[in-house]
Amino acid sequence: MVLSHRLGEWAGHAPVLEEEVAFANIALDLLGQARVLLSLAGDEDELAYLREERAFRNLQLVEQPNGDFAHTIARQLYFSTYQHLLYDRLATGDGPFAPLAAKAVKEVAYHRDHAEQWTLRLGDGTDESHARMRRACEALWRFTGEMFQPVQGLDVDGEQLRPAWLESVGEVLRRATLTLPEGPQSGAWSAGAGRQGLHTEPFGRMLAEMQHLHRSHPGASW
Amino acid sequence: MATAAAQKTDHTAPYDGDGTAATAEYERAFDAAVAADERIEPRDWMPDAYRATLVRQIAQHAHSEIIGMQPEANWITRAPSLRRKAILMAKVQDEAGHGLYLYSAAETLGTGRDELLDKLHSGRQKYSSIFNYPTLTWADVGAIGWLVDGAAITNQVPLCRCSYGPYARAMVRICKEESFHQRQGYELLLALSRGTPEQHAMAQDAVDRWWWPSLMMFGPPDDASQHSAQSMAWKIKRHSNDELRQRFVDICVPQAESLGLTLPDPDLKWNEERGHYDFGPIDWTEFWEVLKGNGPCNEQRITQRRRAHEEGAWVREAAAAYAAKHSETGATRA
Repeated sequence: MVLSHRLGEWAGHAPVLEEEVAFANIALDLLGQARVLLSLAGDEDELAYLREERAFRNLQLVEQPNGDFAHTIARQLYFSTYQHLLYDRLATGDGPFAPLAAKAVKEVAYHRDHAEQWTLRLGDGTDESHARMRRACEALWRFTGEMFQPVQGLDVDGEQLRPAWLESVGEVLRRATLTLPEGPQSGAWSAGAGRQGLHTEPFGRMLAEMQHLHRSHPGASW
Repeated sequence: MATAAAQKTDHTAPYDGDGTAATAEYERAFDAAVAADERIEPRDWMPDAYRATLVRQIAQHAHSEIIGMQPEANWITRAPSLRRKAILMAKVQDEAGHGLYLYSAAETLGTGRDELLDKLHSGRQKYSSIFNYPTLTWADVGAIGWLVDGAAITNQVPLCRCSYGPYARAMVRICKEESFHQRQGYELLLALSRGTPEQHAMAQDAVDRWWWPSLMMFGPPDDASQHSAQSMAWKIKRHSNDELRQRFVDICVPQAESLGLTLPDPDLKWNEERGHYDFGPIDWTEFWEVLKGNGPCNEQRITQRRRAHEEGAWVREAAAAYAAKHSETGATRA
């Protein structure tokens, strides 16, 4: 839901019309997945609009501001690769998320392909796009470790996804004439922080905007 | 168009030396095809002025879809429920898609999308003046769906029979999606109208602000419309601005009643004799001001569009450079 919101912020600002369509499409897929997940847990709107920042359990990676196009693509590459590996695993299991994962895995395969194609174009495009893509990959790197932390209620051990994720992202970056960033995949706070409701500063602002109207009319239906 | 009249307009027919006689014959064949309600296709001969009119109209239509994303996208991050947010995102996505269809249709006339966007950015081509009004509340999203998309459909359904084939076919697809958006807008307003008193007031305020600008979407009155007569003769247009405006008013009045909202026009009244609703005078001064660039959001809309384009330049350059480097595999994927 949080990443969908971020992608929604691109509407009317994308570099080409085709990307207006693509970002909206991905945002819609993600919002659809979020609505199914939230409905499993309770009332989707109550959970989306009435929780405070400290009660949100999303990864810090997905709440990161869009930045430039390369920043958004790097975030998509990291997350959609993870999501694809995770859903692929969940879809073959018999856990409560198997039906959702079976449907969503097709969507996230497309998201992953989109992110990979753009990583190649930017990394192996011009000097400027290469530099921007490299900076974006490095800036977001320290948020990637969190994806592999254990999550309560999830019967897939995140740590098992890490090798495949590193291999896949590493390969895409190599083909894009880039390399895997060298720093640690988590900082002092970021390992598992989002899962504990510890977020980065931009997230509070995002929620303020997202929840404002809903909260201004308590009890109203829309 | 594969008929006798059409065959004569085959573009491969050689232009003769003196020109005039052959051109006159092409013109006769073109006029005959239009008179017979045949479709003109990209490879057919057409008068330069017909081509220019279509480029202008289709480009303006495409630009309107693109600029029109902005007032609605303004509310994506604030949509009050996840369901409404999904609907709005899908709608804005459709608009980008409509822009793409329409630029493709314009390209069949020998112009390029880049050239058209450049004309939009430099102010040499226009977009619908309605998008120079701001979306101040959530209810505006509903009012745009109901009134603005409703007016657009009233304008565009006859274009599905327009004499230029690629435009007519684009309009068939676009009109289907637009009517879906229009129903969603109506349904959004209905939910507000039947909601809390605050929500009802929000809906009424939005309709009050969007009603007159929507009526202006049909363009100047018939006696002041410079392109109308020629466009009707070419069967690009099928009805006059005033006819379509009247049709729209007649449709909206009962819909407003069932929404439980009023339209901000004290002169609005059923005229038994005419079989139509009479309505009050439109503020044409406001219309021309907005058209000249002095509307509430003209500057903001075009600045945002230019900025998106300029800030995206390095991305487009990267895609082009990548495609050039990987011409065997890259070009097909890009």
